Amino acid sequence: MEKLDLTELELRSVNETLQAEGDGSNKAFEINNPRGSHAIAVGLDAPITVTVKGSTGYYCGGMNKQATINVTGSVGPGVAENMMSGKVVIEGDASQYAGATAHGGLLVIKGNASSRCGISMKGIDIVVHGNIGHMSAFMAQAGTLVVLGDAGDALGDSLYEAQIFVRGAVKSLGADCVEKEIRPEHIETLSRLLKEADADAKPEEFRRYGSARQLYNFDIDNAGAY
Amino acid sequence: MCGIVGLFLKDKSLEAQLGSMLTEMLVTMSDRGPDSAGIAVYRGADDGHRKITIQSPNPDEDFKDLNKALGCEVERIDTHAIISCTAADADKIRNQINENPNLRVMSAGDAIEIYKEVGLPNSVAERFDIPKLQGTHGIGHTRMATESAVTTLGAHPFSTGPDQCLVHNGSLSNHNSLRRQLAHEGVTVETENDTEVAAAYLTWKMQEGANLGEALEAGIQDLDGFYTFVVGTKNGFGVLRDPIACKPAVLAETDQYVAFGSEYRALVNLPDIENARVWEPEPATVYFWEQ
Repeated sequence: MEKLDLTELELRSVNETLQAEGDGSNKAFEINNPRGSHAIAVGLDAPITVTVKGSTGYYCGGMNKQATINVTGSVGPGVAENMMSGKVVIEGDASQYAGATAHGGLLVIKGNASSRCGISMKGIDIVVHGNIGHMSAFMAQAGTLVVLGDAGDALGDSLYEAQIFVRGAVKSLGADCVEKEIRPEHIETLSRLLKEADADAKPEEFRRYGSARQLYNFDIDNAGAY
Repeated sequence: MCGIVGLFLKDKSLEAQLGSMLTEMLVTMSDRGPDSAGIAVYRGADDGHRKITIQSPNPDEDFKDLNKALGCEVERIDTHAIISCTAADADKIRNQINENPNLRVMSAGDAIEIYKEVGLPNSVAERFDIPKLQGTHGIGHTRMATESAVTTLGAHPFSTGPDQCLVHNGSLSNHNSLRRQLAHEGVTVETENDTEVAAAYLTWKMQEGANLGEALEAGIQDLDGFYTFVVGTKNGFGVLRDPIACKPAVLAETDQYVAFGSEYRALVNLPDIENARVWEPEPATVYFWEQ
């Protein structure tokens, strides 16, 4: 375990150390004294493990590929933004737009996530043990958002093909987002994600929400409007 | 962007450090706004004096012999001066100040003092010796200007009523129509700045009998745009975010204090922050504390 202390090292040199690890590396790193700094452990591209001891600012774990990043505290806006693969686990809460635009990998938030969680997600799986805020999964295109708690206003507004599962209450659904039936393949997806996210919940307890596909499909009756 | 910090002390033993704690918090937020910085500090609420903070672009000339002209104590601090007077004399002195167009009133009240200038937080804090100030609560702001020019008067905090102040991260879209509505109610707004309109709106609501919480609640309906506001009164401290809540905000509370930061970074050196309740204030939800 290599320890990197942000009170002694510049953020840039810490990130360069992590980014220098190559494809075959399975090294483990510990980052101490993050003190809310931005852009910690971004742009990683190796199956390494990074543990951040404390709370971070904006964009922690952004653009991650392959790496497993654990944060023992809470994270600021845009955690795991544009993640491609790998796993990011937050023990505390996440601020707005967690997992935004991310293409792959798994983001686990053990506390609550605030507004716009999974906005424009493009393939990432997100599991939130607590609640999520308003406008979550806005224009979400692919991937799965699983919420053990409640969802705020306008969940899944202008949704494309991402799947949303919520165990608690949904304050309101956004435009073109509807409740859908749970089929065996959804139970399977949920079982897998709940297990990977270390979440104590049964797949049968969730409701599924998805796109009604009325908003993003071209309707020939509307041709005159163009 | 803009950066906001705020500190509302519950533990009197921390009052001597209010200025130094606020300064450190605000300096951490410097890269959220390089244009101007300001701090409001509340102290000496019960000492029986009324305080008027004034500012002048020509302090050497304007503050010279001002104590004799006004017949009261004037303490100059760089471009600012604190005038101490009795409550009975306050209106008279305010009228005398208004006769000199170079003198601008930053704040007035029993406890509030506002210091603000163009420049980064560390330079502003140094000019006014902010770290030495003690007090019960305070609010700081570092500005990235959008809605009005980079001037001392466009800097935050804005004070539009006795012992009241407001800082803002965001921009209001209905400030011109609201300015006209307030004018109908006899409320004048001095600058072109959108934030001052919000401050004047809250002052007006409180003049009409609302408490800070009720005034902020009314603001959710009447103020349109993006905002995270932090508001101070003689004995209160409030936070409000718009319903979209894009502008960041973090609150922390312990038995000793309530603290606000645009980012968690601003809070990391506060005492016992590891064990504080730290949370993101909900959109369109009023938070306020009173002593």
